[in-house]
Amino acid sequence: MSNATTTPAVVNQRKTLDWRAVETTALVDSTTEVINNFFEWFGSLGIFFWQVVRAAVTPPFEWRELIRQLDEVGSKSLPLVALAGSAIGIVISLEARYSLSRFGAKSMFPATLVYSVIQVMGPIITGLVVSGRVGAGIGAELASMKVTEQIDAIEASAINPYRLLAATRIVACILMLPLLTIAADACGLLTGWFAQALVEPLSCHQFVQRGFQGATFNAFLPPTFKTVVYGLIIGLVACFQGMRTRGGAEGVGRAATNSVVLASLFLILADVVLVKFILVVFP
Amino acid sequence: MTSVQTIPTVKGEAEARTGAPVVAVENLQKSFGAHRVLNGVSLSVNRGETLAVLGRSGTGKSVMLRLIIGLDKPDSGSIRICDEDIAGMNIDQLGSIRKRMGFLFQHAALYDSLTVAENVAFPLRHHRREMSNAERSTRVQELLVEVGLEGGLDRMPSDISGGMQKRVGLARALALEPEILLLDEPTAGLDPISSREIDDLILKLQRERKMASVVVTHDMVSAKAIANRLALLDQGSVVIEGRFEDLERSDIRFVQNFLRQ
Repeated sequence: MSNATTTPAVVNQRKTLDWRAVETTALVDSTTEVINNFFEWFGSLGIFFWQVVRAAVTPPFEWRELIRQLDEVGSKSLPLVALAGSAIGIVISLEARYSLSRFGAKSMFPATLVYSVIQVMGPIITGLVVSGRVGAGIGAELASMKVTEQIDAIEASAINPYRLLAATRIVACILMLPLLTIAADACGLLTGWFAQALVEPLSCHQFVQRGFQGATFNAFLPPTFKTVVYGLIIGLVACFQGMRTRGGAEGVGRAATNSVVLASLFLILADVVLVKFILVVFP
Repeated sequence: MTSVQTIPTVKGEAEARTGAPVVAVENLQKSFGAHRVLNGVSLSVNRGETLAVLGRSGTGKSVMLRLIIGLDKPDSGSIRICDEDIAGMNIDQLGSIRKRMGFLFQHAALYDSLTVAENVAFPLRHHRREMSNAERSTRVQELLVEVGLEGGLDRMPSDISGGMQKRVGLARALALEPEILLLDEPTAGLDPISSREIDDLILKLQRERKMASVVVTHDMVSAKAIANRLALLDQGSVVIEGRFEDLERSDIRFVQNFLRQ
């Protein structure tokens, strides 16, 4: 084919096609990279989890550090969780009273409040509050230790950092989340009842009797103890993000942010699965 | 690639070299992505001997130390510590080897949430669980005196100078009475007087403890003062290995330039 037969229109068309090919290749490359990164992240998280489990079940156990972390995750989160639970109790009380009044079902108020707080709002609010406070804290602390070689120094001292740093924090999150949830629930019920009692006389005894009438342990225990999974997610994601950090102060900031964002996201996604699971297993 | 020039062991150095090497790396290769950092490094250190590893920034000196203590894994090659190959060991198996080694990090890497005394006590608390609190604090004080620090046990690492941080890091590295001491830039960032004090301290420890030491440094004065042997790295390979005088006599252009600078 000679150049003489190639018209300017054909040349332009070829150029357009070339550009489209380049754009398509770039799009395919970037999509492949995103997919690769996605699977690589989950693969690394799986390996990290396995290393933590192996370290956690083999002696020597780091009891001293575990107790310190129980205090850090539990006691120090309690005021925030109690406050959040109290606020949720008041909000549900206000909303429920208005909605139930419209349908003439005011007598259902105590049961509505009890079920809303214990089954739905208490666990998720506790999870999100702890994810924000503890997730960011763990992510930033471990990331800072990583970039200043403190984690390497621990390893160089023949101490397993997965056991000392990660396992203790994750176990503390797992143990403390249900207890904090119970605290949040209690505060929510108390403030919810109090908000109602200010408007209409309702004794605490009446509230408890009507609220828990016909209730079984199956109705309340699974939603409370599902927060064990939240604790695992918060601890695991925050430790993983912290201990794989690179890149100085910027890396520390990124680890703290990612810890909170990813832990909160996974926590909400896990809730979808857990709610369905509980409905099937504990009907 | 420049061929390695190894100067044979000479009289005087033989006193330091006794028995089989406690650290022996052979044909060590390590890359980060496409960048090859170590390209077939082979070195050995005997009991009671100090090897200084010199070279320009980015030639893989610190990476080599991290490989020796197992913080990173080599792409290929072998690392034998006290006659045990550490390649393929998991973190708990490496632990038993690491108890026989002390590591001083370039920036000391002290635990910033612990006091000076707690930093030094950290390895003891984990590996000498039979020690009572009183025994542990006595041992911590002894170690701090050994590195020239007598007060300020309750101070935080951020409240002490760089030289003092290095001394605390050294005391921590010595806590488990290691047979091998790895020092990453022990005099980096210090003024000349503090640097010479650290050199004197390392020499004193060598005399008293007879450890095998690997010192990574840019500081020629320090290397000359503390090392029995020196190895010069360039582009991930050992260019020359021998005594300081041997390096001075070398006709390799890179060696001459390095010594001149």
